[in-house]
Amino acid sequence: MTPGPALVSILRQGAYLIASVHTALDDSQMVRFQDDLIGEIGRARSRGVIIDVAALDVLDSFGSNTLRSIAEMARLRGAVTVIVGIQPDVALAMVKLGMGTGSVPTALDLEEGLEYLDRHVQHSPAASARGGERSR
Amino acid sequence: MQQQDGTDTRDDAPERQDPGEQEEQLLPQLVAHLREHRTRLRQEWSNRIQAAHLLEAMTPQEMAAETTSVYDNYVEVLETGSVEALQHYARDLSERIIPRGVETHEVVGIVLLLRDVLARSLFEKYQQELGLLNRVLDAYEPAANRIANTVAVSFVEERERVIRQQQDAIRELSTPVLPVRERLLILPIIGVLDSERARQLTEQLLTGIRTHRAKVVVIDITGAPDVDQTVANHLVQTVDASRLMGASVIITGLSPKIAQTLVTIGVDLSKMNTIGDLQGGLEEAERLLGYAVTREEGANGP
Repeated sequence: MTPGPALVSILRQGAYLIASVHTALDDSQMVRFQDDLIGEIGRARSRGVIIDVAALDVLDSFGSNTLRSIAEMARLRGAVTVIVGIQPDVALAMVKLGMGTGSVPTALDLEEGLEYLDRHVQHSPAASARGGERSR
Repeated sequence: MQQQDGTDTRDDAPERQDPGEQEEQLLPQLVAHLREHRTRLRQEWSNRIQAAHLLEAMTPQEMAAETTSVYDNYVEVLETGSVEALQHYARDLSERIIPRGVETHEVVGIVLLLRDVLARSLFEKYQQELGLLNRVLDAYEPAANRIANTVAVSFVEERERVIRQQQDAIRELSTPVLPVRERLLILPIIGVLDSERARQLTEQLLTGIRTHRAKVVVIDITGAPDVDQTVANHLVQTVDASRLMGASVIITGLSPKIAQTLVTIGVDLSKMNTIGDLQGGLEEAERLLGYAVTREEGANGP
């Protein structure tokens, strides 16, 4: 729908989805990202979602609100969400403006995020299937 | 030469042009008078300085040398009306005497004393002719005030430069972020935390978390004498920001006084993980990271 290169890539990795935001999203793009990701959770039957915002140097209040909502929606659809790669400046700005990530867990980078999910999605059979490629 | 000097003076005091030639002769005349009685007036000035207990940090020889050059500079400014040379001299002088603990009031005091000594000598010289004395003082006072002003400002500027330099030095060494184990940072805070330092600390900590891929940070504030509301809130923000980057923060070494202050002013620290001292904090951090430090049996230390 949006012309040009994809602004967000949503990749399947075993039982997890990895969504990398490549550039600052405006409000409508953010909403579209939310739709895509929530839909994909169902299609891929994912148990965990990692949202990687390492490429962002700004995150406005709408953005962080949407991230919070995505996490909540993902939880309702059975997936744990972790946000990774928040830059130091972004972290400080978010805290200054009083818009943390609420109860959504955060991790330093993708690797840490995967480890977090491995620890917190233990009880699902999907998690044990990670490592070998899952077939559907 | 006198004519030329008179012209210079007129540039600085344009409102005095009208009375004509006679006025222009006044300052050179005055300067000549001050040059003529240089030794006596300078001696009188030194005595006044001693009587007022100023510049006691300096030896008599230094005093003599400095007072002579201040006197000469002073007369020169009266003559030329240009304070630039004096500015340089005052800055040099300040650079030399500030490290010796000379205070602002002393510097201003000696310049004002010199002004008084010279004014008094002018009184003596012209006391017979009140009209002339008035005009002499009209010429002398603005110049003298400008000199006092210049010296004081130069001194204070030099002082501020020194202070800024020291602030920079303190800032550079004030907030080390130290990796103690893999993924564990400690951040000892020594000295008063103002908002500027707190801001810098946060910045360094967050950058440190990313470079060292830290999971746990121990902030030790044993060395911080006091924490006010602004700084406490900043600490809370730092903790939140670190959490956003996936690191958990342990705060250690809250003194009884700081603990009381924080509770009294109502900072919400319920989300903060605090532990009594740095040792406890490190142990907790190691536990979080899964390190187990054991002591070898029979090792009694070095």
